[in-house]
Amino acid sequence: MALPLAAIAGLFLVWEATCRAFAIPAYIIPAPSAIWTETTANPGNVAWHTLVTSKTVILGFLVSVVVSLPLAVLLTSSPLVAAAIYPLLVLTQAIPKVALAPILVVVLGTSELPRVVVTFLVAFFPLVLSIASGLVSVPPELIELGRACRANRWTELWRIRLPYAVPFIFSGLKAAIALAVVGAVVAEFVNADAGLGYLIQTSTAFFKVQLAWGALIILSIMGIVLFQIIVAVERIFFPWSPGIDKPTV
Amino acid sequence: MPAYAGMSLEIGAKAAVVIEIENVSKHFISRDSDRVVALSDVSISIQRNEFVCLVGPSGCGKSTLLRLVGGLIPMSRGRVVIDGRTVQEPRAETGIVFQTPTLLPWATVLDNVLFPLKMMKRLTPESPKQAMRLIELVGLSGFERKYPRELSGGMQMRVGICRSLVHNPDILLMDEPFSALDALTREELTLELMRIWREQPKTVLFVTHSIPESVMLADRVVVLSPRPGRIAEIINVNVPRPRQFGMEARDEFQHAAGRIRQLIFGAGRKSLH
Repeated sequence: MALPLAAIAGLFLVWEATCRAFAIPAYIIPAPSAIWTETTANPGNVAWHTLVTSKTVILGFLVSVVVSLPLAVLLTSSPLVAAAIYPLLVLTQAIPKVALAPILVVVLGTSELPRVVVTFLVAFFPLVLSIASGLVSVPPELIELGRACRANRWTELWRIRLPYAVPFIFSGLKAAIALAVVGAVVAEFVNADAGLGYLIQTSTAFFKVQLAWGALIILSIMGIVLFQIIVAVERIFFPWSPGIDKPTV
Repeated sequence: MPAYAGMSLEIGAKAAVVIEIENVSKHFISRDSDRVVALSDVSISIQRNEFVCLVGPSGCGKSTLLRLVGGLIPMSRGRVVIDGRTVQEPRAETGIVFQTPTLLPWATVLDNVLFPLKMMKRLTPESPKQAMRLIELVGLSGFERKYPRELSGGMQMRVGICRSLVHNPDILLMDEPFSALDALTREELTLELMRIWREQPKTVLFVTHSIPESVMLADRVVVLSPRPGRIAEIINVNVPRPRQFGMEARDEFQHAAGRIRQLIFGAGRKSLH
């Protein structure tokens, strides 16, 4: 924990020193101190934009979870169903979300709804894939054990397949939360009157580059915090989970 | 109680046979849609509380036969009758031990042992006590709150054995349960299994590819021929019980082991000596 923090602090120091030493103009790369001053100048305003984006990210993420779980169960329930649904899923991924966003605004109106939908569309696919691969990677002997205990398909799913998929589900959740932040910003670029994505667009338009950088840094912190929340939830509620995507190097 | 005693006597006299395997055949359709015959016309009668080992070269269908008796896969021809009932699906009163411990990684030792009861909705307030007795029986007291990944391979297998016994089955099916363990743990567990079987007599069908293991454990050893699996011979093991390691030198042991070896490797093996 201490080492990564020290590394980040070091990075900011080098950044600050470079900006000052070479007198880099603020509209190209502003110094961290300038970003800080500009971003904290109106804390209420920045906090409001952060809150708006957080709401879109979390709503889009929750919709992804709610949709992905039954979808993954359906995908793995029979080869026939999989053959029918899978091409549709790939289609949703083939469509460029940035191109889809303005069309969604026309269809769904200028409310929060199209932003949540875009966030969901960006975030849900890897989640479905991880849950599905977790559900089918149960060792055949565990399935046989269930059968020997006279389990029907439902108890097999509930008592064996889903618990077995937990580490896979969390790996998908981690990918999904990172993508949800991306999705929310994409949606805000297209249609928003608030949010960090909107803040970046408007501030660059008025050459307030420091504020745009500030918003960018807040977005990164948001992504890291949400990611760590999921890591913590896994560690607290599923301590037996090996955390399949922990780097081992 | 006299009526009950009389009844059980009568059943005991008439039906000492508990598992009747009648002309069972099994074929699979392979990937390139060829028909692969795994078992061909196998018949065995197994007595109550008998310990029977299935031995044969790999791919002779011994695990398949075990799964057929367990009702886990359908047979192509013939039938298996247990206690007068044709097996069509897994039977509640049968316990199974797999080649790997097959424990639930998310459940503690105690919950793993209780799993069959939970699945069959037979969990009672007494169940945890009964599970704890089994955990004690295999020498795992104090580990009941641990997760499988905190245990060694041999300990995990012990949990698997407890789990197969928790619903007090009268038949135990074991599919090469000790094959993944090191030699020392294997001997230890062999002795332990014999002790458990002595304390809680059950009809055991035990698949192994180890000839000494089969002779050490079994009342009778069923030797299967290579694919398609057929019964080559059924050998009675006359080594007296209780058995222990060190008995391998006895004539009865040598005789049985020698005969099994001969059946599996044929006469060609003999000429090497």
